[in-house]
Amino acid sequence: MSDRPPPDLKDRIARILREDRGRLIAALIRATGDFHLAEDALSDAFEKALQHWGRSGMPDRPDAWLLQVGRRQAIDRLRKQSRHAAQAGEIRRLMDEDQEAQGALPPEIPDDRLKLIFTCCHPALDPKSRVALTLRTVGGLTTRDIARAFLDSEIAMGQRLSRAKSKIAKAGIPYRVPDPPEWEERLGAVLTVIYLVFNEGWSAGPGEAPIRSTLCDEAIFLARLLLTLAPDDPEIEGLLALMLLTFARHGARLGPDGAVVTLDEQDRGLWNSAMIDEGLALLDRAVARGRPGAFQLQAAIGALHVQAASPAEVDWPQIALLYDRLAAVMPTPVVRLNRAVAHAEAGAPEAALSEIETLLPDLDLYQPFHAARADIAARLGQGDVARASYRAAIEMSRSDTEKRWLAARLARVRPD
Amino acid sequence: MQYLALIYSEDGAGPKPGTPEWGAFMQGYASANKTFTEEGVMMGGEALQHTDTATSVRVRGGKVETMDGPFAETKERLGGYYLLDCKDLDQAIRMAALIPTAAHGTVELRPIMHVELPE
Repeated sequence: MSDRPPPDLKDRIARILREDRGRLIAALIRATGDFHLAEDALSDAFEKALQHWGRSGMPDRPDAWLLQVGRRQAIDRLRKQSRHAAQAGEIRRLMDEDQEAQGALPPEIPDDRLKLIFTCCHPALDPKSRVALTLRTVGGLTTRDIARAFLDSEIAMGQRLSRAKSKIAKAGIPYRVPDPPEWEERLGAVLTVIYLVFNEGWSAGPGEAPIRSTLCDEAIFLARLLLTLAPDDPEIEGLLALMLLTFARHGARLGPDGAVVTLDEQDRGLWNSAMIDEGLALLDRAVARGRPGAFQLQAAIGALHVQAASPAEVDWPQIALLYDRLAAVMPTPVVRLNRAVAHAEAGAPEAALSEIETLLPDLDLYQPFHAARADIAARLGQGDVARASYRAAIEMSRSDTEKRWLAARLARVRPD
Repeated sequence: MQYLALIYSEDGAGPKPGTPEWGAFMQGYASANKTFTEEGVMMGGEALQHTDTATSVRVRGGKVETMDGPFAETKERLGGYYLLDCKDLDQAIRMAALIPTAAHGTVELRPIMHVELPE
């Protein structure tokens, strides 16, 4: 091919892909009612853009150009596959919309991304599929990247996405923002998906860091987008604050050797102060709305950690209080474990240890449980429990640095 | 969109006939039926006799084979169904949640597939 696109055009298209893809795919899904068709039509449109814009330059409104071409590609695709009379209505609707768009100045593309997010995170979809579909459709990550991030094969991830998209179509999962009675619960499902994406990135081991840290960026991007689309919701602000306050420690989290550095031992000078400031401001705004929730509470706990000038100055009694409130709305075993640890730090290790013992059946396979149990038992002089728990924690640890760190603590346990 | 709501529950779970709970349970079905009709989604629905009364039929090599019992022996048994014509899955979920058996069993929602048959 003689008309190879100039390199800067590729960059500009990549930027449009990043910034406008979500809005375009949302508009095409609204127009076609079909995730598969909308995605195929949009990639056709981007392919055509590469050819046309290379020859005749960028149009004034690349987004409107892409939407129009995408709509026509959808019509073409429907015509080719249309053996059923049922699709005639869809084709007509798309053509009408195409006609209306022929006006002098293309109108601003209506932003349907909020509908898109709620549909991708619908509780009738399997949780892992919600995460994958949101990353693919709203975030624009490739199937390959999502597969790598979740340590899945590309084929398996492709099939998962395909099944989810066809369930949306065949089971009649609606393309809409839920009404107030359902809003809160459904928003909770959306926020959980975003936080899962973040944690998947944050919990990455050193070797997996590059691809996975894009998941943190992606989760923060999604929360920002959600906040733009639904401002004034304190739980969205709370989630964004929580992620910013956590991600601010990104630069201090790994030592020069690539090993994980614990919160206590991190160089606080390496924390990202702009991100901390933004997180704290968001949290203030959320709390002022007087509608507390689980993400605001977790963000408030994160805030107390980053606000302390040194590990010795962390306000543990306040953190323990916040964990009490969190456990009241979210009584999961992991929250109860963290609450116990906070109470131990705040000066009540006996009560904390007996609470921790009750969690054994739920958390026996959870490595941090054994590490926490070991630390508190050691502090209380219960050498046998401490040693056994350190050994369990070391055995379950997936990081050599952590194993060494725990072994050093095991060696310091005083004999009974 | 039409959905078949398949109502499953374990044998012996839920209220027993003759107890006050049973009265409330049946009242729940009456009011679910009323809501389905008012919302305009009701296309039909019935309770089924116990799986002890089931007969399974298949044709193999042109011969009809009949067997006593349900197709699959499972702990949860199909005890009834509704056919509901809903706007979308969200409405179908809201309706399914009104079925009293959902409180101790499970309601499975299956969208109806429209198949075009040859003349």
